Amino acid sequence: MMQTTSTIPISAQAETPWVLPSRGIVGMACLIIAESAIFLIFVVAYIYYIGRSLSGPTPAQVLELPILSTICLLSSSFTIHYAVGALRKDNVRGCTLGLAGTVLLGAIFLMMTAREWYHLIHDLGLTIRTNLFGTTFYSLVGLHASHVVIGLTMLTIALALSLRGSVTEKHAERLEVLSLYWHFVDGVWVVVFMVVYVLGR
Amino acid sequence: MLVLGVTAGIFVVVGGLLLYSVIRFRYRESDSKREPPQVYGSTQIELSWTVIPILIVVMLFLSTTRVILDTQAAPKPSNALDVTVIGHQFWWEYRYPKLGVVTANELHIPVSDPAKPTRTYLTLLSADTDHSFWVPRLAGKTDLIPNRVNSMWIDPQQPGVYLGQCAQYCGTQHAKMLLRVYAQSPEDFTAWIKQQQMSATADLSGNAAAIEGQTVFMHSACINCHTIAGTVATGRFGPDLTHLASRDTIASGPVKNTPENLRQWIADPNSMKPGVLMPSMHLNDHDLDVITAYLATLH
Amino acid sequence: MAHAPVLAVIDQTETKRRPPLDVVYEWVTTVDHKKIGLMYIAYALIFLLVGGFEAVLMRIQLAVPNNHFVSPQVFNRLFTMHGTTMVFFMGMPILFGFGNYLVPLMIGARDMAFPRLNAFSFWISAFGGALLYFSYLGGDGLYGMGSAPDVGWFAYAPLTAKVFSPGHSTDYWTLSILLSGIGTTGTALNIMTTTICMRCKGMKLSRMPLFVWLMVVTSFLVFVAVSPLTAAQIMLTLDRYLGAHFFDTQAGGSAVLWMHFFWIFGHPEVYILVLPAFGFISEMIPVFSRKAIFGYPAMVAASVAIGFISLSVWAHHMFTVGMGPAGNTFFVFSTMVISVPTGIKIFNWLGTLWGGKIIFKVPMMFSLAFMFQFLIAGLTGIMLSAAPFNWQLSASYFVIAHFHYVLVGAIVTALFGAFYYWYPKVTGRMMSETLGKWHFWLFIIGFHMTFDVMHVPGLLGMPRRIYTYEAGRGWDTLNLIVGIGAVFQTVGTLIFVYNMVRSYRHGELAGHDPWDAWTLEWATQSPPPAYNFAVEPTVRSRRPLWDLKHPEDQDENFE
Repeated sequence: MMQTTSTIPISAQAETPWVLPSRGIVGMACLIIAESAIFLIFVVAYIYYIGRSLSGPTPAQVLELPILSTICLLSSSFTIHYAVGALRKDNVRGCTLGLAGTVLLGAIFLMMTAREWYHLIHDLGLTIRTNLFGTTFYSLVGLHASHVVIGLTMLTIALALSLRGSVTEKHAERLEVLSLYWHFVDGVWVVVFMVVYVLGR
Repeated sequence: MLVLGVTAGIFVVVGGLLLYSVIRFRYRESDSKREPPQVYGSTQIELSWTVIPILIVVMLFLSTTRVILDTQAAPKPSNALDVTVIGHQFWWEYRYPKLGVVTANELHIPVSDPAKPTRTYLTLLSADTDHSFWVPRLAGKTDLIPNRVNSMWIDPQQPGVYLGQCAQYCGTQHAKMLLRVYAQSPEDFTAWIKQQQMSATADLSGNAAAIEGQTVFMHSACINCHTIAGTVATGRFGPDLTHLASRDTIASGPVKNTPENLRQWIADPNSMKPGVLMPSMHLNDHDLDVITAYLATLH
Repeated sequence: MAHAPVLAVIDQTETKRRPPLDVVYEWVTTVDHKKIGLMYIAYALIFLLVGGFEAVLMRIQLAVPNNHFVSPQVFNRLFTMHGTTMVFFMGMPILFGFGNYLVPLMIGARDMAFPRLNAFSFWISAFGGALLYFSYLGGDGLYGMGSAPDVGWFAYAPLTAKVFSPGHSTDYWTLSILLSGIGTTGTALNIMTTTICMRCKGMKLSRMPLFVWLMVVTSFLVFVAVSPLTAAQIMLTLDRYLGAHFFDTQAGGSAVLWMHFFWIFGHPEVYILVLPAFGFISEMIPVFSRKAIFGYPAMVAASVAIGFISLSVWAHHMFTVGMGPAGNTFFVFSTMVISVPTGIKIFNWLGTLWGGKIIFKVPMMFSLAFMFQFLIAGLTGIMLSAAPFNWQLSASYFVIAHFHYVLVGAIVTALFGAFYYWYPKVTGRMMSETLGKWHFWLFIIGFHMTFDVMHVPGLLGMPRRIYTYEAGRGWDTLNLIVGIGAVFQTVGTLIFVYNMVRSYRHGELAGHDPWDAWTLEWATQSPPPAYNFAVEPTVRSRRPLWDLKHPEDQDENFE
């Protein structure tokens, strides 16, 4: 039984067309704000404890500038930007290439981080429990690395789907949402790099 | 006082308006059924009730700042007494660095002459978790935080006993970490200091129980935690007992210092202050008697 | 009074009784914002009763000096669990439950932006609550309260370090709140995205109901404030299990750092709790005064201002830790400043009442009680913001009285009003006015008996978190009265619960708009169908139903 008495006028075209932002972008922006706040606290802890370790290795003694891994990670922002642009123009092959490049560069970053940590732990004896520097270093860089892992996982899934041929131009916005996350991860690395490897030493 | 006055004033005005409007504008059956005039706002009114509170805030802020500076940035007088307070779970350690005195739980300080104030400056440290030194009739509280040095001053102008207790949750027996401040006349204070500076060298001859008690004490684990100046007991984990018998209370305040209570405390501290960190020493009745007799001689 | 015609509806009446297992399955797997909202609310009500029970036990222990009703170990677990439960597993869920239910309806949307995330957020929060309460059963089991946390709801370091809190009690605290924080962040993300991206045609931001605005500001605060707590929890767990030294004072770590991180969360948290309550009041007072809200733009601005300023006041919880005059002065200033937009809101509500036709139904009675009580709470807050006052009264019963005045006197009072106001929409039936009045008077009398009196022991030097006290400090009779007030509040609350249960089947039928209100949720059926509105509405003002009912005096002419 349908009642059709709707008296709220629907026609109302006097105003401009009703356009609202995309849900995915807004949702990802909210997530980025929240995650930034978490990272900020770890950065504050790192800065607060600079120079306050009671013992053990200091940053200047054990840290080297991770130039190559930084270049890789920041370049991966360009590759994913390219991938999104390609998909918007329905260039699925370009998108796949861009995604592959991003995954590759991200993986190199992770491997080099792993190597750095292995060296710090096994050769230099710096662990999370060694001193305040160890605590704040591993937690901050580790938190970032875990976000890289999550991002890489999502990107790999996207790459696999793209290779399968399941990705088309109508998914461009979703890929853009993912790319926002990846840009965020890169942005955080810039901050971590400045605070840990430049300021802290 | 100003703060109280301002807040009371605001309460009367706003509360009064609220009460008035609730009575004056209530719906009455006799009213017409039409909706009242819809008033959406008034820039003038809204501006004024923004500006006036801002002015009140500025006024309160300035007067508060003055008190903060008077308290925290006051210069330290040269005749001030220095005491270091170290918070423990669940007792207070007091050290008078320039006078060589160490005691616990009951703080003695000289009363201050308003004409020529003799403030007591407390340096606040902690040996374990957070505590807070609060004697309401003397001053606001300041926290004792491990790995941090805080300080405050007190300035009692009436002699007497001031009660206080720990004001930052520090564990199971936070509630019974009491403290007492004895503000004494300068003469009484000097006499007290002289007595506290002496080691435990009282002559125990004629008091067989006390002599035996001393021997038992020095051969038991008590000496690992407690200090009695002039003996082999040099433990720092628990309160200094050199002048235990001169204190009004034990167990950091909740228990009166009588031989019966003392004996009970030593036998089983947890029966009087459950969760306290002092273990029961599992002494037999005879040992308990003689140790109590010994400790009762430590004036 | 005129009633607006209901929007077009596709008849969905189901008359057959369904097998219980089907019903359970439907609720467990639902992604409908209304059902999820109701689950949040039901879950929070259970914890309200449990947390209230914990409070009653404490008041019995404190009713006389040197009492032995519970041991200190049990008491310390009680106050920790009471605080943690009421903040994280009662306050947050119930307010986000209302937000979940009402926001899409109020903006003319069909559901939240991310329905599956919505369901996930609820279930992970629920799991957090279950985890916290499981702690009672861990360790020695129930009577000794097992491994329930006993470090206080703000868990200061280094008391929470492994060395001072061996065993798992602190970990239950940390992990349950971590999980609930993830859920809360998810819900806030949903509310923010829904509000920005799914408003119906014509619902400009400046036409949204104030409740929606307040949920938006609340959501923003969740992003910025709950995350520091999450970070601090991670740090604490690293300290306890991987030997990290964030708060390890023996290794040079700082106990004060935990305090900063916690209160950077903790203060905005109380605004997260109070802003939705402001939202309830801003919806109810206009309807029961028969007038539009006075000064809508100022209300929005004040709400946003409160949100931002609340991020800068946190160390007024730390006036006694020995920050120097500069630090203390800054936080005195920011705390006093926040009273300005808060005061503006009170004045605007007053302006709405002024010249209206006030109807004393139960929701309005609670709203008026809110106004008086929130006024007092704010004033004791101003007293506490003066650092020298604070040095005496911090960590005393004065503070407990102050914050319970806000939490119970303002937030819970507004919540009770909201229940009576929106129950007809959710169930299609009215709650009993008579029982509601009994509830109101018993609760308010009990509230004042407890929390007015409670200020005095604080002024007389009684610190908080003590399981007993000595006779002769002047605290004895006062504590007894405080305890008796708790009994009144308990009875009032039980009547409320009974009222809700009974009215479900025996309440008067409500129809779609029993209060003659003006926002979109009243334009659809009670209860709303799954799809909310058959046709998405188009609005032209802040009060679309007022426009329909008063074509001669439409709101859109006055915007």
